Amino acid sequence: MARPVLTGSRIRQYRIDKGLRQAELARECGISPSYLNLIEHNRRKIGGALLNNVAGALGVNTATLSEGAGAALTEALDAVAGGFAEPGADIERSEDFAGRFPGWARLVTQQHARVSELERLVETLNDRLTHDPFLSASLHNVLSTVTAIRSTSGILATGDEIEAAWQARFHRNIYEDSQRLAEATEALVGYLDVGGDTDRVLSLPLDELEAWLSDQDWRIDALETDNDTAASDIVAQAGSVFSSSAARALATAFLERYRADARALPLGPFEEAVLAGERDPMRLSARFSTDLPRAMRRLSTLPARFFKGGFPPGLVICDGSGTLAFRKPVRGFAPPRFGAACAVWPLFQALHRPLTPVRTDVALVGQDDVRFQTWSIATSDYVAGFERPPVVESTMLLMPVLASVGEEDAPYQVGTSCRVCAIRDCPARREPSILNVSEPAPKFG
Amino acid sequence: MGGSVLLIEDEPNIIEAIRFILSRDGWRVDTHSDGLTALDAVRARRPDLVVLDVMLPNRSGYDILHDLREDPEFKELPVLMLTARGQKKDRELAEKLGASSFMTKPFSNGEVLATVRALVGK
Repeated sequence: MARPVLTGSRIRQYRIDKGLRQAELARECGISPSYLNLIEHNRRKIGGALLNNVAGALGVNTATLSEGAGAALTEALDAVAGGFAEPGADIERSEDFAGRFPGWARLVTQQHARVSELERLVETLNDRLTHDPFLSASLHNVLSTVTAIRSTSGILATGDEIEAAWQARFHRNIYEDSQRLAEATEALVGYLDVGGDTDRVLSLPLDELEAWLSDQDWRIDALETDNDTAASDIVAQAGSVFSSSAARALATAFLERYRADARALPLGPFEEAVLAGERDPMRLSARFSTDLPRAMRRLSTLPARFFKGGFPPGLVICDGSGTLAFRKPVRGFAPPRFGAACAVWPLFQALHRPLTPVRTDVALVGQDDVRFQTWSIATSDYVAGFERPPVVESTMLLMPVLASVGEEDAPYQVGTSCRVCAIRDCPARREPSILNVSEPAPKFG
Repeated sequence: MGGSVLLIEDEPNIIEAIRFILSRDGWRVDTHSDGLTALDAVRARRPDLVVLDVMLPNRSGYDILHDLREDPEFKELPVLMLTARGQKKDRELAEKLGASSFMTKPFSNGEVLATVRALVGK
């Protein structure tokens, strides 16, 4: 709500709000109506005792009249009221409220912030209940088993004559199903228990590393400015972020690789090259005489301002078994945190053709407005010599582009994980989706 | 009695139990467990009624129902949908796609029998 900036105008507004005439207020303050009129039109300055008197007569704080009650606080209060269709509060008096009770006003805005935060949390949890593949699969399992038990025991309980062979079979089925039910419910309870404790949700070392990196904006400043900072020092500084020795070991290994990456593609020249428009990891790796995955990893550490549209790229790394070993999400694309990923990702195409770069545009199912340019390559490292199998790693860099940019043809669609993927007739589908049933194809009209 | 039922469901013990209670009631019961080939099974068996689970391997029961209703020959075929998710939108989708009846797991044997009898009008 717009407020007069000048003290005189404010006095006028509060007087009118109170339904006082100029003459009445002037008399109460011991000045002439014409003088008050000059003040109200900002032609005479007002301060000191007179301002106190006017404030007292108007029933507001002196500060409210002289400097307003802090534009930020008033605006915050107005924003709170704006969130309701019918706030039921005297919105027009928010400045007065903020001026008189700044502590309470701040409390109202803090409370509002907290409510918004909790609302988001509820939304997230709700979303999780609907889309969490594990939860959905467990519940389905429990219900199916209960159905089998109910039906089978129903047959046995009718008291009707049942052949001994059938009877034995049904008993065995009930026994098997009850075992299954016990396991399924135990798994479910265990899962919900962990889910309820936010501190323990991030129990996997990789989750802890990624959460920490996300807080650092995926860039380790210590290694950019002084490449010799010990990885163990950085990990130690992070403190309780890493809850296990496994997590600390993973973080240390990550930092060592980061250090080598930063050495091969030093921040200054690298940023300069990217700012000059070079975002192709292949050409960047050639320019810096280094390998492709390194250039891809390095690109993923650059902040948003280096990229068109302001969205920094995402990065996914998997090992030879296809298990995700690193996940930096990008706007519109969040790799799965549980279970296996979508088998048609370019990441896996590259995995099956080591040392062959794969450059593909993909769209994420259900998100027509965003496409991703992807660069992928898999490398094999014979760290343990000829006699041992190589360590294979595939790396995929994703950059979001607006759908209107680039070619007209829709690129091929990928999902994140089968259970939450709505693509129909996907030849690579590993398990049924919990979504495709609720999103009828256009043919249904 | 004496009609034929095709039960499309992938839980072996549910199949066994439903098959038993329907058989005892005088129905001839065939079963099929794969979503992808379910339509072929219906065409081959030509049952009087289909009991169709929603969550099948390889193909959703909703897709199968949709294809059945597209085929003029099976437009009127009674189809009883089974689902482990009793949500309103699931029921609505089943109705929209032309399910004759809808049952949420876990159901009782009595419910199954009564619904099957009612659907075939016997």
